[in-house]
Amino acid sequence: MTTLVIAEHENGVIAPATLNTVAAAAKIGGDIHVLVAGQNVGAVGEAAAKIAGVGKVLVADNAAYAHQLPENVAPLVAELASGYSHVLAAATSNGKNILPRVAAQLDVDQISEIISVESADTFKRPIYAGNAIATVQSSAAVKVITVRATGFDAVAAEGGSAAVEAVSAAHDAGKSSFVSEELAKSDRPELTAAKIVVSGGRGMQNGDNFKHLYSLADKLGAAVGASRAAVDAGFVPNDMQVGQTGKIVAPQLYIAVGISGAIQHLAGMKDSKVIVAINKDEEAPIFQVADYGLVADLFEAVPELEKLV
Amino acid sequence: MKVLVAVKRVVDYNVKVRVKADNSGVDLANVKMSMNPFCEIAVEEAVRLKEKGVATEIVVVSIGPTTAQEQLRTALALGADRAILVESADELTSLAVAKLLKAVVDKEQPQLVILGKQAIDSDNNQTGQMLAALSGYAQGTFASKVDVSGDKVAVTREIDGGLQTVSLNLPAIVTTDLRLNEPRYASLPNIMKAKKKPLEVLTPDALGVSTSSTNKTLKVEAPAARSAGIKVKSVAELVEKLKNEAKVI
Repeated sequence: MTTLVIAEHENGVIAPATLNTVAAAAKIGGDIHVLVAGQNVGAVGEAAAKIAGVGKVLVADNAAYAHQLPENVAPLVAELASGYSHVLAAATSNGKNILPRVAAQLDVDQISEIISVESADTFKRPIYAGNAIATVQSSAAVKVITVRATGFDAVAAEGGSAAVEAVSAAHDAGKSSFVSEELAKSDRPELTAAKIVVSGGRGMQNGDNFKHLYSLADKLGAAVGASRAAVDAGFVPNDMQVGQTGKIVAPQLYIAVGISGAIQHLAGMKDSKVIVAINKDEEAPIFQVADYGLVADLFEAVPELEKLV
Repeated sequence: MKVLVAVKRVVDYNVKVRVKADNSGVDLANVKMSMNPFCEIAVEEAVRLKEKGVATEIVVVSIGPTTAQEQLRTALALGADRAILVESADELTSLAVAKLLKAVVDKEQPQLVILGKQAIDSDNNQTGQMLAALSGYAQGTFASKVDVSGDKVAVTREIDGGLQTVSLNLPAIVTTDLRLNEPRYASLPNIMKAKKKPLEVLTPDALGVSTSSTNKTLKVEAPAARSAGIKVKSVAELVEKLKNEAKVI
């Protein structure tokens, strides 16, 4: 039994979610191999070889894989998959884009966003935006699975010494091409990897008021998120959205400011270790999941909080 | 060009679902059902393409029970020209649905297929990608902008940390994300007109597709409930608790 983990990487660096995915592979048991597909990814392959628990790293270095175009990467993974019992990828936008294409090519059903490994063929995953948890068993020869990073504690990025092997297979479907990418720039930690997240909702009233959250976040070393209501109202860009349709986060501390607590938002943050809610409406549903609730005007509470932490 | 839109009948997004006592699934008896919100966005995008003169015909397809005709009629009222129901009372996996849609694609030969990125019941986020793989087409998933020009479509995709734009050869598969558009409501005259639009009913057997699955749901449980904590009276008390009790700052 050997699991192939598709590495997630950007600008020559392994994405943290890969470490959580390797952790899920370790729970399944057996050997773990990691595939690094991309262009000029030699350094990424070397970094992947150091991940704790990884036995072998396959590096497919080809211009066709440069922007992780699924039309090119999926056939590569499908070709390699025949030698494996499981193929895992993080449930990131990239993993979600590529892996179902792999599953269909292998003619197997995929299991999406597992949050626990019950046995080598049985997994738990949230459905209905986390309002129910399904236990799913796969009889597929190759089990194709995406992993919700917050469900598994990351393995160490250092300590391993896996062999690195080049994969020569080149798949260029010639049906798609990369045009451009526009990534939000921020000095703050990435939302899904941050230990502390400060999020704002409709109660922030406008985008300018998010400055209170940014300065609190900077004092705490936190990432800043938002509810869908705040995103839809145009206060902040959509990549800040925490929720069922946005990012799923599970930090040590989640501070919800001016967020009512719609089901869709709770689905994205309810696995946080400690939840703090600051809202002037004491009936807000967010208080039903908060460990510490403070009924207060956020425009007074947030600056005071910043002073005291 | 012809545009095919796939829609799914799901529990309305405002309904708080409950798990059945025997853990066999969620209780769908007497629950309001609607078109999956991401599918509404897919229909809207197709209608806008037609209004722009890019699309000439919109065919809407659903895979599901007889009652899914309601969602197809909604799509017809929103501007689709005709509908196809592939009727199946079984709960189908994404791969089975993708195979059925592939059979419909073979039959209809659309230039563009638009689907929601995921259904809010199974939360799989698989069908569009699988259909693309089975059809051998390019895919533009999680689209926030779709721009057809000549024999290509430029799709701006919502990815972790920002946006990515790819150019796809047509025919292609697009899956919608929330910010692609804001779906309209159907007007009463259009709802009346939709009743007269053609709706064809097919079966998986007639399409020659096997819907067997390698996945089996063993049980469905309610998530571990998170209980409400305490209310603090002041910011100072909050900070004290976070430092000394929760020890997270």
